[in-house]
Amino acid sequence: MTLSVNIRKSFPSFRLDVRFESSASRVGILGASGCGKSMTLKSIAGIETPDEGKIVIQGNVMYDSEKKIHVKPQKRNIGYLFQNYALFPTMTVAKNIEAGLRGPRQENRERVQEMIRAFRLEGMEERLPGELSGGQQQRVALARIMAYEPDVILLDEPFSALDEFLKDRLQQELYDMLKDYQGTAILVSHDRDEIYRFSEELLIMHQGQVITSGETKKIFADPGYKEAARLTGCKNFSRIQRKGGHKLAAIDWGIELQCAREIPEETAYIGFRAHEFLPIWGERKQNCIKVRLAGSADLPFEKNFYILSENGKGQENICWFLQKEQWGMLREKGLPDYLQFPEEHLLFLS
Amino acid sequence: MENINDIIKSLDWSPLFISIKTGIVATVICFFLGIFAARKVIQMPAGKKAVIDGILTLPMVLPPTVAGFFLLLLFSRRRPFGIFLYENFDLKVVQTWLGCIIAASVIAFPLMYRNARAAFEQIDVNLVYAGRTLGMTESKIFWKVVMPTAGPGIASGTILTFARALGEYGATSMLAGNIPGKTGTISQKIAMVIQDGDYLTAGIWVAIVMVIALAAIILMNLISGKRMKNVKRW
Repeated sequence: MTLSVNIRKSFPSFRLDVRFESSASRVGILGASGCGKSMTLKSIAGIETPDEGKIVIQGNVMYDSEKKIHVKPQKRNIGYLFQNYALFPTMTVAKNIEAGLRGPRQENRERVQEMIRAFRLEGMEERLPGELSGGQQQRVALARIMAYEPDVILLDEPFSALDEFLKDRLQQELYDMLKDYQGTAILVSHDRDEIYRFSEELLIMHQGQVITSGETKKIFADPGYKEAARLTGCKNFSRIQRKGGHKLAAIDWGIELQCAREIPEETAYIGFRAHEFLPIWGERKQNCIKVRLAGSADLPFEKNFYILSENGKGQENICWFLQKEQWGMLREKGLPDYLQFPEEHLLFLS
Repeated sequence: MENINDIIKSLDWSPLFISIKTGIVATVICFFLGIFAARKVIQMPAGKKAVIDGILTLPMVLPPTVAGFFLLLLFSRRRPFGIFLYENFDLKVVQTWLGCIIAASVIAFPLMYRNARAAFEQIDVNLVYAGRTLGMTESKIFWKVVMPTAGPGIASGTILTFARALGEYGATSMLAGNIPGKTGTISQKIAMVIQDGDYLTAGIWVAIVMVIALAAIILMNLISGKRMKNVKRW
């Protein structure tokens, strides 16, 4: 299934300009809230109309501003899972699932029964959505979508309103249920873990535009852009000055870094993930920063340290996150004198 | 005591039937018109919405006699529209039961309209979106999803509309007059017998109208309460 989206829409305070093409069956769209990712999804579903552009799903033109084509959402055969599930509150579970079916009555009933079994909703047929738990509601919402076999399923931040415990369970459950689904599923979220877990291919959106796209694991390993790195969870950034092919000055950190790799010419920033530092006790080594603590925070499974830059130029302190298993060495040897930036974890960004 | 019994025995019950009939017909009219207007007004741009909403709400805040004045201007058989109705459709509004219905409908309409609008505005727009992606037609979404979900608001609007139409006095007396057995409603009967100083008969009618209004409200509350018991709203 190939999906091609190329749309523009203007708002008073921002402009949506999204172009992407994907034939992956699990696509993630990662972006901060208000970046236009939900609007993109709604445009694909036909709930919102872009100002101009084109949307093609598997060769079928759903929207084309030039040819004045706008297929109604009713005719697109797309499933949309809303954050609050949008179950019809006055209809029973069975009626909710039946809502999207248009076949003869008897056939619909059988299909509903099939869905009830597949989504483990036995005994809840006559209940109203308000009487169900969050997890059950999610299953009903998905059953309602799956019942009519859509070509594409759009998942609009389905977990962002849930608490951590339930979130993890429901994610696993949802991904399990989608395992046998042959069509394309697109997940929109601001949560990098959610996206990483779900998607083969990833788009990162920032201020209405797709800033990077590609294979999920590759993008997390090398985001390429500062905003993309930030969204994939990178905490430390510094502007740089390139000093030849293998040396740079990290202006905001007040240190110089050497690399065996060639530093790409267009590099404007360097990024470094808070978990990747190597603590050093004693002598200063290559690619190190002196540990001068600005503050720290204790979390249940992690300690966060905030370290001052060496020249005082950076506006943000450098974050160093240490997992519980490594706390022992701090107890033994005290705070390290230096933190080293292992070269393989340096992110060259533009 | 015998006095009350005598009065009740010899009571002319026509005001009761006229009032109830008027109330029911006016409520049915307002139900559909109010819902229709509410749906249209919600879709309007802000400026137009403010103006149209103001006009539709006016009968609620103006003295009913002002509405009566305009209705007379419109429907009088000496005026163009009144003449048109009479000559083409043989319809007489002034001094007829039709006048009762029109007066009660105009006065009670804003209650239905405003309640329906408030109920619609609270509906989660995702429900409508979900209906569309599920392939439901717009009218199916409206009648099967929006209306039931807006149920409590619609029900309370309907109750208030009925209660208001049942007791309408000012505009009715101007447009339909007080013709016993034809346009004589309970509220007009009460005013009339009080003018004659007959407080006992007035009191009986007051009691009747209070019982009906209260019973209607309690009944509708029970019905809507039962249906909405399990509806969680967000």
